[in-house]
Amino acid sequence: MKKVLKITIITTAVLLVFPLISHAQCKAFAKKICKEELSPYTHDGNYHAAILTEGEEAELYKTFYSDQDYRISICGSGNLPDVEFKIMDASKNVLYNNRNSNYSGIWDFKLESSQQLKIMVKIPAGDASEEPTSGCVAIMFGFKVK
Amino acid sequence: MNIKWIKIKSLKLLAILFSAFFIASCGSGGDKQREPEITVDMTEIDQELFEDIDEAKKIFYSLPSPLETAMLIRSAGAQYDAELLNSVDNAQNYTTNKSMALNLGIYTCDLSFASLYDQTQASISYMGAAKKMADGLGILDAIDEKTIENLEENINNREKIMDIVSETFLNSSAFLKENDRAALSAIVLVGGWMEGLYIATELVNRGTFEDNKLVIRIVDQKLSLEIVMKLLEENQSNPDVAGLIEEISELKAIFDQIKIETSVIEPVHDPETNVTTLKSKSQSNLTPELFIELSEKVRSLRNTFVL
Repeated sequence: MKKVLKITIITTAVLLVFPLISHAQCKAFAKKICKEELSPYTHDGNYHAAILTEGEEAELYKTFYSDQDYRISICGSGNLPDVEFKIMDASKNVLYNNRNSNYSGIWDFKLESSQQLKIMVKIPAGDASEEPTSGCVAIMFGFKVK
Repeated sequence: MNIKWIKIKSLKLLAILFSAFFIASCGSGGDKQREPEITVDMTEIDQELFEDIDEAKKIFYSLPSPLETAMLIRSAGAQYDAELLNSVDNAQNYTTNKSMALNLGIYTCDLSFASLYDQTQASISYMGAAKKMADGLGILDAIDEKTIENLEENINNREKIMDIVSETFLNSSAFLKENDRAALSAIVLVGGWMEGLYIATELVNRGTFEDNKLVIRIVDQKLSLEIVMKLLEENQSNPDVAGLIEEISELKAIFDQIKIETSVIEPVHDPETNVTTLKSKSQSNLTPELFIELSEKVRSLRNTFVL
């Protein structure tokens, strides 16, 4: 019975503590790595980050405004393969795919009219015979102050 | 009891629980062909964009931050008007989580607005008011005494101040999300968004409607309102959020009367600057009468937030 209790305590502790550690690491990673990539654009202050595993996707919806200069910075922690992302408009047309830019983590753009865009982020699936890797992925936005 | 069996069961349980933390289902979306229409009604299309959301994917709804909102107002050529901002004296009145979260967003927007217009003393005061809200919500270390000192030391350096404001907002929202308080984080964002909308509509009321760039910015908020609703609906089990959905729905009813038509977007990449321009044109049917209805609703909602 002692062993059962021990396992229960360890399991509970791991489940409670692990997400906090992961989140904290994710925030530190987003601030130190991803935010730096926004320079010379000003970070808007929003925070979007999550732990993703190889093969997983995330989506972000945001309105971008006309006549503003934007930079999107998307980065994954070092243990992950290159993060793939594409930008789609409201009619689901693909406007940009970083596969065509050697998986660049940043994209600079401006708009002639305001649009709601969807950003699809994907961690490519790894070798099926190996354990899939998980890591932090952050999506950050910068703009030029006018 | 067989300990080995328990171990295996426990490990299996552990694996299942870990998987629950990490696994989201995979979906794929092929590149769609461009649609042949020249113009599209954004009202219907925006809903379509959300239709194929896979519930199991990680979804983010990103509203303009208070800093971006303030920048959009400034870049539209608007003038600073201190009277429009929420008085810092009101900070002591906010004691509930909902009022503190809403006013953390509102004060952060006011702080951003004051900072962008080089209003040094107001910036310090609004940082203090935002700190009071963050402290009240138990947001640790987002804004501390060092932040205020840092702001005072760099008060004539707008770029540095922008960094400080952006950093404090990131710290606040990250803290709330990390601590399973996403509902409060959503309320903060809605507060900041509403304050920006209030400042913009009031500034138009004090100027002219025709050829006013701020009017375009206000129409654009119809697009962000869709995201506001999604963000709130995601957290509607929270009673404060549920109440906010009802309030914002009244505003949505007015925005629903505004139609935005936009042409197909053509991305044009400039290899010299490495900047892509998304070329398109859009137009709306916002009339001065509908604008008055909208601005009155915004004023009434915002006033309930700052009471």
